Amino acid sequence: MLAPAVLYILLLVAGPFLLAIFYAFSDARIGNTQLHFVGLENFRSILQSPSFRIAVRNSFIFTIGSQIVVIIASSILAIALERPFRGRGMLRFLMLLPWVAPIALGAIGWKWILDSIYSVISWVLVALHLYKPFGAPMWLGEPHLAIASVLLVHSWRLIPFSTVILLAGRTAIPKDIPEAAAVDGAGFWRTEFLILLPMMMPIISVAVLFGIIFTFTDMTVVYILTAGGPFDSTQVLPSLAFTLGIQASDLAAGAAISLTLVPLLVIIAYLMLRVAHRAEVT
Amino acid sequence: MAVVETRELTKVFKEGGLGAVNSVNLETREGEFLVFLGPSGSGKTTLLRMIAGLEAPTSGDILIGGRVVNDLSPRERRIAMVFQSYALYPHLSVYKNIAFPLQAQKVKKELHKEKVEWAAALLGIGALLERKPRELSGGERQRVALARAIVREPAVFLLDEPLSNLDAKLRASAREELERFHRRVGTTTIYVTHDQVEAMAMGDRVLVLNKGVVHQLGTPAEVYDNPADTFVATFLGSPPMNLAELAELIVGFRPEHLRPSSSVTGDAVSFRLKVENIEYLGAEWIVSGTVVGGRLGGKKVFSRLTSAQDLALEGTYDFAVPQRELKFFDRSTEKRIEPRAVSLQ
Repeated sequence: MLAPAVLYILLLVAGPFLLAIFYAFSDARIGNTQLHFVGLENFRSILQSPSFRIAVRNSFIFTIGSQIVVIIASSILAIALERPFRGRGMLRFLMLLPWVAPIALGAIGWKWILDSIYSVISWVLVALHLYKPFGAPMWLGEPHLAIASVLLVHSWRLIPFSTVILLAGRTAIPKDIPEAAAVDGAGFWRTEFLILLPMMMPIISVAVLFGIIFTFTDMTVVYILTAGGPFDSTQVLPSLAFTLGIQASDLAAGAAISLTLVPLLVIIAYLMLRVAHRAEVT
Repeated sequence: MAVVETRELTKVFKEGGLGAVNSVNLETREGEFLVFLGPSGSGKTTLLRMIAGLEAPTSGDILIGGRVVNDLSPRERRIAMVFQSYALYPHLSVYKNIAFPLQAQKVKKELHKEKVEWAAALLGIGALLERKPRELSGGERQRVALARAIVREPAVFLLDEPLSNLDAKLRASAREELERFHRRVGTTTIYVTHDQVEAMAMGDRVLVLNKGVVHQLGTPAEVYDNPADTFVATFLGSPPMNLAELAELIVGFRPEHLRPSSSVTGDAVSFRLKVENIEYLGAEWIVSGTVVGGRLGGKKVFSRLTSAQDLALEGTYDFAVPQRELKFFDRSTEKRIEPRAVSLQ
C-alpha cells in the first residue's frame, strides 16, 4: 500500500533533489559529457555574481511585499464578503477566478495590460490627459516600475486564495464574540484589531505561509512578464536558476542557485507543520 | 440604574412572515429582576437582543431611562449583556477580558486595575485573573462574564440563559449566587430563560411569552396562581395544570389541589378517580389517573401528593378539589374568566 507513495517520493522528489546537490558540486554543463567535482566553487561564484544578489533581494521583496498587500486586501475583502447581500455568490465566484486560472494565462493577460505600446493603463492615463501620447511610463521597461508590476501581479494572484481562507476563519468565530464586543462598547476598529484579528492569527499564518511558498518558488510571473529584465532587475532565484542553468547551459550554477532556496523553504515547512499541529490540538 | 420600556415593539424577520416578537409593551421597575420566560422560539431572546441593540426592531420603540434608544448602538445604551455562551475573548486573560469594556469606553487607564479587582472580588474570581478562558470551568467562566458585565457599572443588565451551559448541580448554586449578586448591586436586570424553575425562583416579576406574544406579566405568585390564559396555566408547573373542557368553559386546577376527598375540607368539587400510575419522587408523589363518570369522565388528570401510600394501582378513589382553587377559562379565547359555580357530577 505504501509503494506508490514511496515510488513517487523517490522518483520525483528525492531523485531530482539529490541530482541537484550532485550537480551543484560539479562543473556539469549541457552538452558536455565530462563531469568533475569542483567543491564549493559554484557557490563561491554565484555569491560573487551581482545577478544572484539582485535575485535574492527581489525574491524577498516580492515575497514579503506581496504578502503584506495580500493580507491587507484579503482582510478587507473577507469583511466585505462576510455578510450576505444580493449577488454575493456571483462576486465570490468572480473573485476566485485569478486563483483558478493558470498562472501563465494570468501573467500573459497582465503582460498585455502593462505592455509598452498596447497598455490599457497607459491608454487611460493618456485619455485623462495625465500623460502625453506615448509619454506614459514603461511599466515593464523601467527597473522600479517593473518590480512594482511583478509585485502587483503576484498579489493579484494570491488575494483570492487568501480571502477564501480568511473568510473561512471569520465564519468560524462564534457570532457572540463580536456581539459581546459591541455591547462592551467596542467600535468597528477595536473589534477588528483587538478581538477578531488576534483570534484569526492561526488561520492568517496558514494563509501567509502558503502565500510565501507560492511566491518564493514561482518563476512563471517573472519569466512571462519581464523575463527577469530590464538588466536582470526583476530576476528572482527560480528564474535566475532557469536562465543560467537551462538557457545558458550552466547546469552546475543553476543547481547551486536552486539549492540556496532550500534552507528558507525548510524553515517555512517547519512553521507550517507547527501551525497545522497547533490547529489540530486546539 | 434605569427603567427599560418597550412600546408596541415588533420584530418580523421575513417580510410577510410571522413576527418573532409582536407588539410587546412592557416596563421594568427600578432595580427589578425581570424574567422573560417562554419555550424555544417564543421570541424571548429576540426581545432581549432588541433591547441590547443587537437586533433592529421592525416597528415600535425601546426606551432606556426614559430615552428612546432605537437608533443608538449597543455601546451607547449603557447596557451590559451576558451571553448564553459567555462569549469570553479566548485570547485574552481574565483580567483583560474584564478590563475590555473599560478600555473600549475609554475609562482612564489608572482606574482599570482598581475596577477590575473590585468586580473580580465581588464574584470571587480574584485568583483567576492571569488565566485564559479555556483554563476555567463552566462556573468560573460564568463569573468572569458577569464580572465583565458589572465592571463598568451599567444601567441595565441583560442575561441570556446564563445558566443553561452548566450542569444541574452547578446550576442551583449559580442561581443562588446570581440572586445574591443582584441583591447586592441592585441593577435593573432582565433575564431570559426557558426554565420555569429559574423564572419562579429568581424573578421579581415574570413575563411569559409564546410565539412572540406576551401572555402575562406578573409576580411569580400571580403567574402561577392566577394564570392569564391556558398557555400560562400549562407552561408553568410540573406536572402542568389539569384542564378540562366543559361546554363553553375550560376548568383548570393544579395537581397539588387534587387530593383524596378525606383531606379536603370546605366547599369542594369531587369525583371518582381510577389510579393508573404512581411515581415516587422522594418529597412528593405524582399520581395520574382517569376520571370515572360525571362530566369529566374519561379525562386524564394528575395529582401531586405528599403521600400516596394509601393508594394502589388500578384502584378507584374519591378525589376532590377545593372550590376556590378552580380556575376558569373561556373556551374560545382561552383567557381566564371570573370563577363560577359548576358541577362536575
